[in-house]
Amino acid sequence: MSAKRPIVELQDLRKTYVMGSVFVEALRGLSLVFHEGEYVSIMGPSGCGKSTLLNLLGCLDRPTAGRYLLGEEDVSTLDDDALSDIRGSRIGFVFQSYNLIAQLSVLENIMVPLYYQSRSEQESLILAAEFADRVGLADRLNHRPNELSGGEQQRVAIARALVNDPLIILADEPTGNLDSASGREILEVFDQLHNQGKTVIMVTHDDSISHRTQRVVRLRDGQLVDDASN
Amino acid sequence: MDLLWRPLGSVIRFRRTVWLGFRSLWLHRLRSLLTVLGIVFGVGSVIAMLAVGEGASSEAQEQIRRLGSNNIILQSLKPPEEQKASANRSFVLEYGLTYDDISQIRATIPGITVVLPARVIRSYVWNGSRRLDCEIAGTVSWYPEMRDHQVAQGRFFTESEFEGKANVCVLGAGMAEELLPLETPLGKSVRVGGDYYRIIGIMEPGVRRTETEPTAEEVSESGEKKAVEHAPSYRMYIPLSAAKSRFGEVIIKRRSGSFEAERVELHEAFIKVERQEEVMETSAIVGEILKRNHKKKDYEIVVPLELLRQAERTKQIFNIVLGSIAAISLLVGGIGIMNIMLASVTERTREIGIRRALGAKRRDIIVQFLVETVILSGVGGVIGVALGMAIPFAITYFAKMVTIIAPWSPFLAFSISGLVGVIFGLYPALRAANMDPVEALRHE
Repeated sequence: MSAKRPIVELQDLRKTYVMGSVFVEALRGLSLVFHEGEYVSIMGPSGCGKSTLLNLLGCLDRPTAGRYLLGEEDVSTLDDDALSDIRGSRIGFVFQSYNLIAQLSVLENIMVPLYYQSRSEQESLILAAEFADRVGLADRLNHRPNELSGGEQQRVAIARALVNDPLIILADEPTGNLDSASGREILEVFDQLHNQGKTVIMVTHDDSISHRTQRVVRLRDGQLVDDASN
Repeated sequence: MDLLWRPLGSVIRFRRTVWLGFRSLWLHRLRSLLTVLGIVFGVGSVIAMLAVGEGASSEAQEQIRRLGSNNIILQSLKPPEEQKASANRSFVLEYGLTYDDISQIRATIPGITVVLPARVIRSYVWNGSRRLDCEIAGTVSWYPEMRDHQVAQGRFFTESEFEGKANVCVLGAGMAEELLPLETPLGKSVRVGGDYYRIIGIMEPGVRRTETEPTAEEVSESGEKKAVEHAPSYRMYIPLSAAKSRFGEVIIKRRSGSFEAERVELHEAFIKVERQEEVMETSAIVGEILKRNHKKKDYEIVVPLELLRQAERTKQIFNIVLGSIAAISLLVGGIGIMNIMLASVTERTREIGIRRALGAKRRDIIVQFLVETVILSGVGGVIGVALGMAIPFAITYFAKMVTIIAPWSPFLAFSISGLVGVIFGLYPALRAANMDPVEALRHE
């Protein structure tokens, strides 16, 4: 395991929000390393800083202090445009509420990240169709998200997260909105991704989900309380 | 390689953005349509208003131009304080331009081609039992070319007819229809007082009589001057020499209980200046000469060029007023667009968050929303141009008004509408782009 190169390195990461006159310390000096191919779940009670950590990992937000190295590049000081590029090329997001664009078809939704990477239309179409096929939606390409079941929508989101061949896949309670059967199917997709060597970081509060992962990181009050390998 | 691909890639991307813009507008068809309407009416009114304004002013200018922009028109004017002969003791009121004035002007000012004297007498013209109240103008044979008022049928009288004081006449356009409605007028005769005049020609229609033209009663009081100002169609032209010998120089008007007499040598004179630049100067000199010769202001100098310039100034003001009205309506349209786009941005906050999470830069978001506003205003502009060009035709057809669509006005209106789209789209687009992606993703 140690032979694998570190893909995410957090060094004393801090995040402070200003809410009116009150300072809220969401992360208080978090240091973590994730390696290539790891399957990690982040757990903790609500308000522990999970979402903040996920936003920072996903380059949607910048830390107040500390360093974040993503694939050896320090992204904690990059400007907005550079962060957008990182998000588009290195990170795949899977959200609890799928977050598909309602007016676009399945195929077009999968193509969105490629579009912002300025890939040619031809290439994008081929790639998107390929990834739709991988998550088992080859026959649904021209459907709108509202014509799909929750499980199918989450598959589209997964395909969209994979299409740019990202360094890490960030999943925020990916089964939170699904019934247990579809949830199980989605988790199986994540297991497959892990088996294919993808790095998956998943936020969850469900113990049965975290048991499937190799490593469980527990947070409380913005600090690391437990980091265990299953 | 990269240098080659970038622009190509961005062209393809831009095309796709435009396509996406159309789709998201189509998704809210009614809303988009209503928004577009604001621009449609804005652009339409710019073009239509400019066309109506242009038409109205060109008609006015045409009327003035008919008087001849190289001409100076001198007219006799009854001095206001002596409207009636009874006001002073004399029975005969003497006023107006004299032959002396004319010969002096002719002798003093070089570069004057023609001086055309004319006498205008108001009288009834008879054909059998038909009677028409009109003006009889004694003039010279070169009148048509001088006034640029041509003969429509027949001919004008000749030099020799002028010398011979021949009883020939050329009728104004309206007169022939009134006096000889069912006959061919050429060769027939009309009677004025005791004299018969043979009709040798009919003038082309000049300026039509308006409905506000004074009635016969008023005419004898003050209408004379008014009628002389234009080239009215109820005017009969006879040789000046004939007019002099038939009517004399004293005109006696009998009215109930009194009578008054006027002695006017010339009612009108036209001075044609060779070069247009000298018109204003010449008119000043003419003014000086007349001022020296006349104690009272019993004459008037009309300079069509000056009128023309005034009309042009008026037109400019007119255009500015119409333009600002139209600009305001475009502004209102723009505000409508902005309003809708702000609503749309709020509504699509989540979509913006998703796109940002998936790699969209701020400028990608700006372009996305800006493209939508430009589509709205562009489509509105195209429809507006069509509407704006149709309205003047309808006005011309139904209201019989002259309208002129200046070739630049559709382009102007369309580019302004495009500009309105960009200006009013910029703020909503910036607002969308400056959203915090985390907040936007959390938005319900």
